[in-house]
Order: sequence, then structure tokens, then C-alpha cells
Amino acid sequence: MSQTMPDTPPARGLAQRLCNRFASDGAARFETNILLPAEVLLDLYGEDVRARTYVTSDPDRGEMMLRPDFTVPLVQYHMRGAGAPASYTYCGEVFRKQEDHPDRRSEYMQVGYEDFGGSDPAQVDADVFGRFSDILAPLGLRPATGDIGILIAMVTGLDTTEDRRAALMRHIWRPARFTALVKRFAGLTPVPPARAALLAADNPLQAAGTTIGLRSKGEIASRIDALRADAACAPVSGEVVELISAVLAVSETCPNALEQLRDIAVDLPGILPALDRFEARCEAMTRRGVDVESLPFEASYGRTSMEYYDGFVFGFYAEARPDLPPVATGGRYDALTERLGQGRGIPAVGGVIRPDLLSDLGGLA
Amino acid sequence: MTIKLGVPSKGRLMEKTFDWFSARGVTLSRTGSDREYAGAVEGIEGVDLVLLSAGEIPRELAAGRIHLGVTGTDLIQEKLVQWDQKVEPLEPLGFGHANLIVAVPSCWVDVDTLDDLDGAAAAFRARHGFRMRIATKYHRLVRDYLRRGGVADYQLVDSQGATEGTVKNLTAEAIADITSSGETLRANHLKILQAPPILESQATLFRSRVAQKSDTERDVLRALIDRLGV
Repeated sequence: MSQTMPDTPPARGLAQRLCNRFASDGAARFETNILLPAEVLLDLYGEDVRARTYVTSDPDRGEMMLRPDFTVPLVQYHMRGAGAPASYTYCGEVFRKQEDHPDRRSEYMQVGYEDFGGSDPAQVDADVFGRFSDILAPLGLRPATGDIGILIAMVTGLDTTEDRRAALMRHIWRPARFTALVKRFAGLTPVPPARAALLAADNPLQAAGTTIGLRSKGEIASRIDALRADAACAPVSGEVVELISAVLAVSETCPNALEQLRDIAVDLPGILPALDRFEARCEAMTRRGVDVESLPFEASYGRTSMEYYDGFVFGFYAEARPDLPPVATGGRYDALTERLGQGRGIPAVGGVIRPDLLSDLGGLA
Repeated sequence: MTIKLGVPSKGRLMEKTFDWFSARGVTLSRTGSDREYAGAVEGIEGVDLVLLSAGEIPRELAAGRIHLGVTGTDLIQEKLVQWDQKVEPLEPLGFGHANLIVAVPSCWVDVDTLDDLDGAAAAFRARHGFRMRIATKYHRLVRDYLRRGGVADYQLVDSQGATEGTVKNLTAEAIADITSSGETLRANHLKILQAPPILESQATLFRSRVAQKSDTERDVLRALIDRLGV
């Protein structure tokens, strides 16, 4: 049944204390409305976001959304200013629908720390991760890390057509669809009969009949051209398919993951620059005092739930409570700042902690 | 102190429901004037007939205000989160068959599968600057289906009726709606995607898992279920 318990006072007090801790380290405090215009978020994340957020309508302002996180309004705020490097902290309620997990809270506190404009990515990644790791240390949580940047580099470096690379890039955050596309580009999936007939027809548009709707005959014709061009292209080789699966399957400690990925990179050199960044981050983390030797790394981590992250990603989990969502999550989202800054992007890394879950787990004392 | 049975309050769905019950020795009828939503049950004691819009029956079952209800599986699954924890389907009634499907203009000769729909949506968004619009009233079911099918770059627009006309009226590019014969779709120059339907629906007798029952009511419910042979 749905959770009606309000945030308990300890969660609120804990949230304040964590926020003060970030602020005393020099982060500026950020506040924003609970009721936000829905348009930006809907445009960024599409229809799926409606299943996870509360969208309502205002007769004058149009669709509004109960704040699902602080990151988007914070990036908008920062990009409106001069954009000088800065770090921020915030705490407040966020709201998420829990259709698949009605036992989880749909209203809870979030405390965040975000760093904009850091010039040394490895250093900033390590610093942000280190801050969360230090705070959560008393709970003995299981950390998880990954790097979407490696997957992006893998797709960018694929020896195939621009259209195929673009299709794969669109679906990095939808693992099942991504795998289906790889198989299709490799010719491992039978061509559906309707597609075969379309490709074989001399003038497929002849059968189109009455044209209705906004999508024009020209658009249909140009997609048919694109499908024909694609059908004429050499399939992605079986070897490359195996390399992609090998990258996605990497799940090891950071040093071992790096070694495995370096082995794969012999045949997939496109990922080398991303691996250099991974290595630099591991070194920076070691300098920061993180136990990198035992820190887990999963190449596929962060693909399903964190669409705006495009580099380093991390989370902290209570292993004894698999029913709970992650206690903290974060990562790098340079591309989001570029989208919201109309092309003017800046490096951005951050994370959030859920003080309510900290309380559920017995607090930090 | 009665078992409440909710059935659709008008149209073919009501008539067919009455027929189905009467074939099993339970006579349902509307009483009073044509406009009054009151009903009677004969053939078994202790059962009250509640005439409701088919769309409200899922909510009434989930709230426990009726013990049994006849409505479409589409409405149950669209309107109730974790529906199977709130109601139990007792028996499909063999009428009211309809599939919830995605349809696109017939002139889209390049779109036959969900994979095509995703490809066309990507190109459409790049060209027009907004996400491809799909008109429907089944938001949750359609969104879930398209997410599982890996379709991105679309948006749902609400359409509570005459959904087949939205494409011609340029308020949507595609639709997701209930169809039985497909005739309305063809008449509106639309074709069904070659993909498993979002849902195959039919009128079904549901039991509320949450409605409270006294011992007497429990006996009546058992007698009714026995009589219906479900």
C-alpha cells in the first residue's frame, strides 16, 4: 500500500546537518521552487519521465511538475550566471511516483553536492566520490561505479555508418534495445517480412494511398532511402559484436576492470582515450584516500536509471537491505549543461544522498 | 448486508452482461424509468445490482465498494496500479473483445514494426523539433509498452474520444486505441503495427480482493459464484 508516513524529523535534521557540512567546505547553498515548469524535463527525458514524476497543470503556466530532483534547476541557475566554477549544496523534498514499488516513499528529502567547471575531470570525479564515500563510511555500504563515457567512446569509435552509430548512441540508456540494434546491424536478426518487401519494391510509395498527418511523403521517402542505404552496408562483424558484449560485461574491481578493458581496446582502440581518463580517475581516487584496489566497477552501471550521466557514475547500496533503493547516487553530466546552456557546456559532477534511508539504516552515529 | 455486483450501466456491454448472467439462472434488470440507474437481481437472495460506467468499475472494485464487477481487462490494467493485488479475474465472459493496439497512417509504408516506429520518431523529432505525438487515453499501458519496446522520442497526447481522427486533424502522428474489427481505423486511413497488441481485452467478471464481507455476505458470494459456475 502507498506510503503515507511523512519524513520523520531525524531525516530532516540529518538533511540539514549534511547540507551544512557541504556548505562549511565552501559549497554555496541553492534553493528552488517545489513546483517547476514541466517542459524542460519532459523535453530532456521524454514520456518515460511522466511515469516517475507528478505532472500537473496550471491554467496559465501550462504543465508543471513537482520537483523530481534539484539538478536540472541548479544547472539552469548556474548557466544563467557568468558560469564561473562553483560548487553548490542543497536539501529539500523531491517527489517520485513509485508505480512499480508502492512500498517506497514517493516524497522524501534529498541532500546534494554539485561541482561545476572543474578543469581536471579526474580530480573532480575523485573529489566528489570521496566526499560521499567519507560521509557514508560509518554505514559500510557497498559502492558501485561505472563510466558511461567508455560506452559513448565505444559507439563513437565503431567502424560502421554514421546512422548506425547515431542509432546506438540514442539507445545507450536502453540496454535491451541497444543489444537488439547491435544484433540487427550485425545481420543476426532476420529481416521482418514487411521490411524485406519494402526494400524489394520498385516504388513503395505507390502503395501509400491517401496521405494524412504531419509526416510528409518526403519524410517517408527519405527514411526509405536511409533503410535502403543501410541494407546495402556491410554488417557489423561478429568480432565487433563480441567486443561490444565483452565491454558491457566487465564487472570487476577497478584495477582488474581497467586491465580487461585495456585488453579489449587492442581490438577496439576507440575506447583508449576514455580508458586513460578512467585510469587518471583511479589515480586521483587513490591520492584522495579511496580504496581503489577493492572498489567495484561495472561497465553497464548507470545505463538504466540515470539518463543524464555521460561519464563517471556511482552509487552506494545497503547490502543487507536489497529492498531499499540506493542510499546515494551521482556522476558526471557535462552534456546536460550543454543542452540546458544552449550549446555552452561546462564540466559538471555531483551526487545526492537520501537522509531518510540513512535514518532507516540507523543513522550516521 | 448484501453482496454488491457492479455492471456497465448501458449499451451492448450491459445487455450482453445481463444475457450472460441470465443464462446461468441469475436475472439482472434495470428498474424504474429508462433514465434511472437502478437495478434488480432475481434468482438469488442478498445480491444488489449497482449500475456504473464501465470505466468506474475498476476504481469501485479497488476501493472495495463493490464485491464483484464486470468490466474490460483494458480498463482494469490501465486504471489500477498493481491491479492483480486488488482484483481477481474470475471468468472471461466471451464478449466485448477488443485489442489495444498502436496504429499509424497507412501511407507510412516504411513503418510496420515498433523498431520502425522508433526510427521514424527519431527522424520526425529531428525534422519537426518536437517528439512524435501518439494520441491515446491508455497512458500507462501505452507508455509501459513503448518503453519495453525501446521506442524513444515520442510523447503521448490525451484523447478521450474520436482518437482515430487525431492524425487527420494534425493533433497527433499516430494513435494507440482499442479496436475490434479495425474498420474505423481503415476508414481513417490508419493501419495497425505488426507487433503483439498492447493488450487483448474482453469483458471479464472480477472479484474485489479488498471488499469487506460479513459471514452472511461470504455465504452469499460463495452461492453466487457457485451458481455462475466460475
